[in-house]
Amino acid sequence: MNHMESYVWPIVLGVFVGFFSRMVMLRTDYRQYPTFPHGRVIHLSLGFIAAALGAVAVPALMEQDFTAITFLALAAQQFRDVRNMERNSLQQLDKMELVPRGYTYIEGIAMVFEGRNYLVIFSAFVSSLATVYFGWVGGIIMGAVAIVLDLFLMSGKVIKDIAIVKKGEVRLEGPNLYVDDIYIMNIGLKDTRDKIKQTGLGVVLIPKDANSIVTLSNTGQRQAILHDVSTILGVYRDTGEPSLVPLTKRSLSDGRVAAFLLPQEPDFERAKQIIGRIPVLEGAVRMPTRSSANHER
Amino acid sequence: MGTTLEKIILAVVTIHRDKVGGGAPVFYAKDEDEMQQISFQLEKILDGMAHDLQNGTMIIVKHFS
Repeated sequence: MNHMESYVWPIVLGVFVGFFSRMVMLRTDYRQYPTFPHGRVIHLSLGFIAAALGAVAVPALMEQDFTAITFLALAAQQFRDVRNMERNSLQQLDKMELVPRGYTYIEGIAMVFEGRNYLVIFSAFVSSLATVYFGWVGGIIMGAVAIVLDLFLMSGKVIKDIAIVKKGEVRLEGPNLYVDDIYIMNIGLKDTRDKIKQTGLGVVLIPKDANSIVTLSNTGQRQAILHDVSTILGVYRDTGEPSLVPLTKRSLSDGRVAAFLLPQEPDFERAKQIIGRIPVLEGAVRMPTRSSANHER
Repeated sequence: MGTTLEKIILAVVTIHRDKVGGGAPVFYAKDEDEMQQISFQLEKILDGMAHDLQNGTMIIVKHFS
Protein backbone atom coordinates (compact mmCIF):
# COMPACT_ATOMS: atom_id res chain seq x y z
CA MET A 1 0.00 0.00 0.00
CA ASN A 2 2.91 2.25 0.74
CA HIS A 3 4.18 2.36 -2.81
CA MET A 4 0.70 3.37 -4.04
CA GLU A 5 0.86 6.47 -1.87
CA SER A 6 4.02 7.55 -3.63
CA TYR A 7 1.96 8.00 -6.77
CA VAL A 8 -0.53 10.40 -5.22
CA TRP A 9 1.52 13.47 -6.14
CA PRO A 10 2.27 12.46 -9.73
CA ILE A 11 -1.43 11.81 -10.32
CA VAL A 12 -2.64 14.97 -8.62
CA LEU A 13 -0.09 17.10 -10.42
CA GLY A 14 -0.74 15.38 -13.75
CA VAL A 15 -4.47 15.90 -13.48
CA PHE A 16 -3.96 19.49 -12.45
CA VAL A 17 -1.60 20.29 -15.32
CA GLY A 18 -3.84 18.50 -17.82
CA PHE A 19 -6.96 20.27 -16.64
CA PHE A 20 -5.18 23.60 -16.61
CA SER A 21 -3.95 23.07 -20.16
CA ARG A 22 -7.52 22.34 -21.28
CA MET A 23 -8.63 25.55 -19.62
CA VAL A 24 -5.92 27.49 -21.41
CA MET A 25 -6.81 25.91 -24.75
CA LEU A 26 -10.54 26.42 -24.37
CA ARG A 27 -11.24 29.75 -25.95
CA THR A 28 -14.69 31.20 -26.36
CA ASP A 29 -14.08 34.14 -28.67
CA TYR A 30 -16.21 36.05 -31.19
CA ARG A 31 -17.37 32.71 -32.57
CA GLN A 32 -19.00 31.95 -29.22
CA TYR A 33 -18.09 28.35 -29.66
CA PRO A 34 -18.04 26.32 -27.44
CA THR A 35 -21.15 28.02 -26.25
CA PHE A 36 -21.21 29.62 -22.85
CA PRO A 37 -21.80 28.30 -20.19
CA HIS A 38 -22.85 24.71 -20.88
CA GLY A 39 -20.69 24.06 -23.91
CA ARG A 40 -17.71 25.02 -21.80
CA VAL A 41 -18.77 22.83 -18.91
CA ILE A 42 -18.95 19.84 -21.27
CA HIS A 43 -15.45 20.43 -22.56
CA LEU A 44 -13.91 21.16 -19.18
CA SER A 45 -15.38 17.91 -17.86
CA LEU A 46 -14.05 15.94 -20.80
CA GLY A 47 -10.73 17.70 -20.33
CA PHE A 48 -10.67 16.55 -16.72
CA ILE A 49 -11.29 12.97 -17.77
CA ALA A 50 -8.52 13.23 -20.37
CA ALA A 51 -6.15 14.66 -17.76
CA ALA A 52 -6.95 11.84 -15.34
CA LEU A 53 -6.30 9.25 -18.04
CA GLY A 54 -2.94 10.77 -18.90
CA ALA A 55 -1.86 11.09 -15.27
CA VAL A 56 -2.88 7.58 -14.26
CA ALA A 57 -1.03 6.02 -17.19
CA VAL A 58 2.35 6.71 -15.56
CA PRO A 59 1.82 4.79 -12.28
CA ALA A 60 0.27 1.99 -14.33
CA LEU A 61 3.44 1.73 -16.38
CA MET A 62 5.64 1.97 -13.28
CA GLU A 63 3.80 -0.90 -11.68
CA GLN A 64 4.28 -2.86 -14.89
CA ASP A 65 0.54 -3.03 -15.27
CA PHE A 66 0.69 -2.89 -19.03
CA THR A 67 -2.90 -3.88 -19.56
CA ALA A 68 -3.90 -0.59 -17.94
CA ILE A 69 -2.54 1.12 -21.05
CA THR A 70 -5.41 -0.34 -23.05
CA PHE A 71 -7.44 2.28 -21.22
CA LEU A 72 -5.82 4.82 -23.49
CA ALA A 73 -7.38 3.07 -26.47
CA LEU A 74 -10.72 3.51 -24.79
CA ALA A 75 -9.90 7.18 -24.34
CA ALA A 76 -9.15 7.55 -28.05
CA GLN A 77 -12.54 6.04 -28.83
CA GLN A 78 -14.15 8.42 -26.38
CA PHE A 79 -12.58 11.50 -27.93
CA ARG A 80 -13.44 10.45 -31.44
CA ASP A 81 -17.00 10.63 -30.21
CA VAL A 82 -16.32 14.18 -29.06
CA ARG A 83 -15.46 15.03 -32.63
CA ASN A 84 -18.67 13.41 -33.85
CA MET A 85 -20.73 15.23 -31.27
CA GLU A 86 -19.26 18.59 -32.20
CA ARG A 87 -19.70 17.94 -35.89
CA ASN A 88 -23.35 16.97 -35.49
CA SER A 89 -24.33 19.86 -33.30
CA LEU A 90 -22.50 22.41 -35.45
CA GLN A 91 -24.14 21.08 -38.59
CA GLN A 92 -27.53 21.38 -36.99
CA LEU A 93 -26.83 24.94 -35.90
CA ASP A 94 -25.40 25.85 -39.28
CA LYS A 95 -28.78 25.44 -40.95
CA MET A 96 -30.05 28.43 -39.03
CA GLU A 97 -27.21 30.78 -39.91
CA LEU A 98 -27.73 33.61 -42.40
CA VAL A 99 -24.23 32.96 -43.65
CA PRO A 100 -23.34 29.34 -42.83
CA ARG A 101 -19.93 28.21 -41.65
CA GLY A 102 -19.69 25.45 -44.22
CA TYR A 103 -18.61 21.84 -43.80
CA THR A 104 -14.88 22.46 -43.94
CA TYR A 105 -14.98 24.98 -41.11
CA ILE A 106 -17.15 22.65 -39.00
CA GLU A 107 -14.84 19.74 -39.64
CA GLY A 108 -11.91 21.93 -38.66
CA ILE A 109 -13.54 22.93 -35.37
CA ALA A 110 -14.53 19.34 -34.57
CA MET A 111 -11.00 18.15 -35.28
CA VAL A 112 -9.58 20.78 -32.96
CA PHE A 113 -11.75 19.54 -30.09
CA GLU A 114 -10.53 16.00 -30.53
CA GLY A 115 -6.92 17.06 -30.98
CA ARG A 116 -6.87 19.24 -27.87
CA ASN A 117 -8.03 16.37 -25.70
CA TYR A 118 -5.01 14.37 -26.85
CA LEU A 119 -2.80 17.34 -26.02
CA VAL A 120 -4.32 17.28 -22.54
CA ILE A 121 -3.48 13.59 -22.15
CA PHE A 122 0.04 14.36 -23.33
CA SER A 123 0.53 17.24 -20.86
CA ALA A 124 -0.85 15.21 -17.97
CA PHE A 125 1.34 12.26 -18.91
CA VAL A 126 4.64 14.16 -19.11
CA SER A 127 4.10 16.14 -15.93
CA SER A 128 3.08 13.02 -14.05
CA LEU A 129 6.16 11.23 -15.38
CA ALA A 130 8.43 14.11 -14.40
CA THR A 131 6.94 14.14 -10.90
CA VAL A 132 7.76 10.46 -10.44
CA TYR A 133 11.41 11.04 -11.35
CA PHE A 134 12.17 14.60 -10.24
CA GLY A 135 9.58 15.40 -7.56
CA TRP A 136 6.87 17.99 -7.77
CA VAL A 137 9.22 20.81 -8.86
CA GLY A 138 10.19 18.79 -11.91
CA GLY A 139 6.53 18.00 -12.53
CA ILE A 140 5.53 21.65 -12.49
CA ILE A 141 8.39 22.62 -14.80
CA MET A 142 7.53 19.85 -17.27
CA GLY A 143 3.87 20.80 -17.00
CA ALA A 144 4.67 24.39 -17.90
CA VAL A 145 6.80 23.25 -20.83
CA ALA A 146 3.98 20.99 -22.01
CA ILE A 147 1.44 23.80 -21.84
CA VAL A 148 3.70 26.12 -23.84
CA LEU A 149 4.10 23.32 -26.37
CA ASP A 150 0.30 22.90 -26.47
CA LEU A 151 -0.16 26.59 -27.20
CA PHE A 152 2.41 26.33 -29.96
CA LEU A 153 0.70 23.26 -31.45
CA MET A 154 -2.79 24.72 -31.30
CA SER A 155 -2.05 27.79 -33.37
CA GLY A 156 -2.14 27.25 -37.11
CA LYS A 157 -1.66 29.50 -40.08
CA VAL A 158 -3.96 32.41 -40.87
CA ILE A 159 -5.04 33.95 -44.17
CA LYS A 160 -2.52 36.77 -44.06
CA ASP A 161 0.27 34.18 -44.11
CA ILE A 162 -0.89 32.86 -47.46
CA ALA A 163 -2.52 35.81 -49.20
CA ILE A 164 -2.43 39.57 -49.61
CA VAL A 165 -5.76 41.23 -48.79
CA LYS A 166 -6.54 44.10 -51.16
CA LYS A 167 -9.57 46.31 -51.62
CA GLY A 168 -11.60 45.55 -54.73
CA GLU A 169 -13.98 47.88 -56.49
CA VAL A 170 -17.61 46.75 -56.53
CA ARG A 171 -18.88 47.42 -60.03
CA LEU A 172 -22.25 46.89 -61.69
CA GLU A 173 -22.49 46.57 -65.47
CA GLY A 174 -26.21 46.35 -66.09
CA PRO A 175 -27.29 43.42 -63.92
CA ASN A 176 -23.79 41.95 -63.75
CA LEU A 177 -21.87 42.40 -60.53
CA TYR A 178 -18.09 42.47 -60.56
CA VAL A 179 -15.40 42.92 -57.95
CA ASP A 180 -12.52 44.43 -59.92
CA ASP A 181 -12.46 42.21 -63.02
CA ILE A 182 -13.94 39.12 -61.38
CA TYR A 183 -17.55 38.28 -62.18
CA ILE A 184 -19.66 37.59 -59.11
CA MET A 185 -23.31 37.20 -60.08
CA ASN A 186 -26.33 38.50 -61.94
CA ILE A 187 -28.53 40.86 -59.93
CA GLY A 188 -31.93 41.27 -61.56
CA LEU A 189 -33.63 43.86 -59.38
CA LYS A 190 -32.80 47.55 -59.57
CA ASP A 191 -33.74 47.84 -55.90
CA THR A 192 -31.14 45.25 -54.93
CA ARG A 193 -28.52 46.89 -57.15
CA ASP A 194 -29.04 50.17 -55.31
CA LYS A 195 -28.60 48.46 -51.95
CA ILE A 196 -25.45 46.78 -53.19
CA LYS A 197 -24.03 50.12 -54.35
CA GLN A 198 -24.53 51.44 -50.83
CA THR A 199 -23.37 48.56 -48.66
CA GLY A 200 -21.34 46.25 -50.90
CA LEU A 201 -17.67 45.87 -50.10
CA GLY A 202 -15.23 44.17 -52.43
CA VAL A 203 -12.09 42.42 -51.26
CA VAL A 204 -9.54 40.65 -53.43
CA LEU A 205 -7.27 37.97 -51.98
CA ILE A 206 -4.04 37.55 -53.90
CA PRO A 207 -2.39 34.21 -53.10
CA LYS A 208 1.29 34.41 -52.24
CA ASP A 209 2.41 31.16 -53.89
CA ALA A 210 1.30 28.11 -55.85
CA ASN A 211 0.21 26.26 -52.71
CA SER A 212 -1.97 29.08 -51.48
CA ILE A 213 -3.71 29.33 -54.87
CA VAL A 214 -5.08 25.83 -54.33
CA THR A 215 -5.84 26.34 -50.64
CA LEU A 216 -7.72 29.57 -51.30
CA SER A 217 -9.71 28.02 -54.11
CA ASN A 218 -11.33 25.59 -51.66
CA THR A 219 -14.99 26.53 -51.33
CA GLY A 220 -14.97 25.60 -47.64
CA GLN A 221 -12.15 28.03 -46.95
CA ARG A 222 -14.00 30.74 -48.87
CA GLN A 223 -17.22 30.08 -46.98
CA ALA A 224 -15.29 30.37 -43.71
CA ILE A 225 -14.10 33.82 -44.77
CA LEU A 226 -17.66 34.92 -45.56
CA HIS A 227 -18.96 33.50 -42.29
CA ASP A 228 -16.33 35.12 -40.10
CA VAL A 229 -16.62 38.54 -41.71
CA SER A 230 -20.42 38.35 -41.44
CA THR A 231 -20.18 37.36 -37.79
CA ILE A 232 -17.90 40.21 -36.83
CA LEU A 233 -19.01 43.04 -39.11
CA GLY A 234 -22.66 42.01 -39.30
CA VAL A 235 -24.42 41.17 -42.53
CA TYR A 236 -26.91 43.11 -44.63
CA ARG A 237 -29.13 40.14 -45.29
CA ASP A 238 -32.29 38.39 -44.21
CA THR A 239 -34.57 35.55 -45.21
CA GLY A 240 -36.70 36.60 -48.16
CA GLU A 241 -33.77 38.63 -49.52
CA PRO A 242 -32.07 35.95 -51.56
CA SER A 243 -30.19 38.41 -53.77
CA LEU A 244 -28.35 40.04 -50.90
CA VAL A 245 -25.85 37.29 -50.43
CA PRO A 246 -22.11 37.56 -49.79
CA LEU A 247 -20.19 35.46 -52.29
CA THR A 248 -16.66 34.59 -53.32
CA LYS A 249 -15.58 33.91 -56.86
CA ARG A 250 -12.22 33.10 -58.24
CA SER A 251 -10.27 34.41 -61.16
CA LEU A 252 -9.62 31.29 -63.21
CA SER A 253 -6.55 32.72 -64.87
CA ASP A 254 -4.43 33.54 -61.82
CA GLY A 255 -6.21 32.15 -58.75
CA ARG A 256 -7.11 35.45 -57.12
CA VAL A 257 -10.26 35.18 -55.03
CA ALA A 258 -12.74 38.05 -54.99
CA ALA A 259 -15.03 38.29 -51.99
CA PHE A 260 -18.21 40.30 -52.30
CA LEU A 261 -19.23 41.23 -48.77
CA LEU A 262 -22.31 42.89 -47.34
CA PRO A 263 -21.24 44.14 -43.92
CA GLN A 264 -23.44 46.36 -41.78
CA GLU A 265 -20.59 48.84 -41.79
CA PRO A 266 -18.59 48.84 -45.03
CA ASP A 267 -15.20 49.51 -43.48
CA PHE A 268 -12.42 47.99 -45.55
CA GLU A 269 -9.65 48.36 -42.97
CA ARG A 270 -11.58 46.38 -40.39
CA ALA A 271 -12.58 43.76 -42.94
CA LYS A 272 -8.92 43.45 -43.88
CA GLN A 273 -7.91 42.89 -40.25
CA ILE A 274 -10.61 40.27 -39.82
CA ILE A 275 -9.87 38.37 -43.01
CA GLY A 276 -6.15 38.40 -42.25
CA ARG A 277 -6.80 36.57 -38.98
CA ILE A 278 -9.14 33.90 -40.27
CA PRO A 279 -7.57 30.47 -39.77
CA VAL A 280 -6.41 28.50 -42.77
CA LEU A 281 -8.56 25.40 -42.46
CA GLU A 282 -6.73 22.11 -42.19
CA GLY A 283 -9.17 20.49 -44.54
CA ALA A 284 -8.44 23.08 -47.23
CA VAL A 285 -4.63 23.03 -47.16
CA ARG A 286 -2.96 21.60 -50.25
CA MET A 287 0.74 21.50 -50.99
CA PRO A 288 1.04 20.78 -54.71
CA THR A 289 4.65 22.01 -54.74
CA ARG A 290 5.59 19.13 -52.47
CA SER A 291 4.47 16.57 -55.01
CA SER A 292 7.27 14.31 -56.15
CA ALA A 293 6.06 14.94 -59.70
CA ASN A 294 7.55 18.40 -59.34
CA HIS A 295 10.95 17.18 -58.21
CA GLU A 296 11.65 14.30 -60.54
CA ARG A 297 14.07 14.90 -63.33
CA MET B 1 -24.00 18.18 -55.79
CA GLY B 2 -24.84 14.89 -57.38
CA THR B 3 -28.34 14.15 -58.52
CA THR B 4 -30.18 16.65 -56.35
CA LEU B 5 -31.62 19.78 -57.89
CA GLU B 6 -29.46 22.78 -57.20
CA LYS B 7 -31.31 25.43 -59.14
CA ILE B 8 -34.92 25.71 -60.22
CA ILE B 9 -36.57 28.42 -62.30
CA LEU B 10 -39.61 29.30 -60.22
CA ALA B 11 -41.06 31.96 -62.51
CA VAL B 12 -40.37 33.88 -65.69
CA VAL B 13 -41.22 37.55 -66.12
CA THR B 14 -41.07 38.98 -69.64
CA ILE B 15 -42.09 41.82 -71.88
CA HIS B 16 -41.75 39.67 -75.01
CA ARG B 17 -44.61 37.20 -75.20
CA ASP B 18 -43.04 35.38 -78.13
CA LYS B 19 -39.70 34.70 -76.44
CA VAL B 20 -40.84 32.51 -73.59
CA GLY B 21 -42.73 29.32 -72.91
CA GLY B 22 -42.31 26.02 -71.13
CA GLY B 23 -42.70 24.67 -67.66
CA ALA B 24 -42.32 27.58 -65.26
CA PRO B 25 -45.16 30.07 -64.65
CA VAL B 26 -44.80 33.03 -67.01
CA PHE B 27 -45.79 36.59 -66.09
CA TYR B 28 -46.23 39.15 -68.86
CA ALA B 29 -45.28 42.75 -68.16
CA LYS B 30 -46.00 45.74 -70.36
CA ASP B 31 -42.61 47.44 -69.89
CA GLU B 32 -39.28 47.30 -68.02
CA ASP B 33 -40.68 49.05 -64.97
CA GLU B 34 -43.54 46.63 -64.54
CA MET B 35 -41.14 43.74 -65.11
CA GLN B 36 -38.94 45.04 -62.28
CA GLN B 37 -41.96 45.49 -60.07
CA ILE B 38 -43.34 42.00 -60.66
CA SER B 39 -39.90 40.46 -60.21
CA PHE B 40 -39.44 42.37 -56.96
CA GLN B 41 -42.67 40.96 -55.57
CA LEU B 42 -41.90 37.46 -56.77
CA GLU B 43 -38.41 37.54 -55.32
CA LYS B 44 -39.70 38.38 -51.86
CA ILE B 45 -42.60 35.94 -52.05
CA LEU B 46 -40.75 32.97 -53.51
CA ASP B 47 -37.40 33.57 -51.80
CA GLY B 48 -35.65 33.01 -55.11
CA MET B 49 -33.11 35.29 -56.76
CA ALA B 50 -34.20 37.52 -59.63
CA HIS B 51 -31.81 37.39 -62.58
CA ASP B 52 -31.91 39.64 -65.61
CA LEU B 53 -31.28 37.86 -68.91
CA GLN B 54 -30.81 41.28 -70.57
CA ASN B 55 -33.24 40.49 -73.36
CA GLY B 56 -36.40 41.81 -71.75
CA THR B 57 -36.83 38.68 -69.64
CA MET B 58 -36.17 38.04 -65.98
CA ILE B 59 -36.15 34.71 -64.22
CA ILE B 60 -36.66 33.92 -60.54
CA VAL B 61 -34.26 31.17 -59.57
CA LYS B 62 -34.15 29.21 -56.34
CA HIS B 63 -30.55 28.33 -55.49
CA PHE B 64 -30.17 25.38 -53.16
CA SER B 65 -26.81 24.95 -51.54
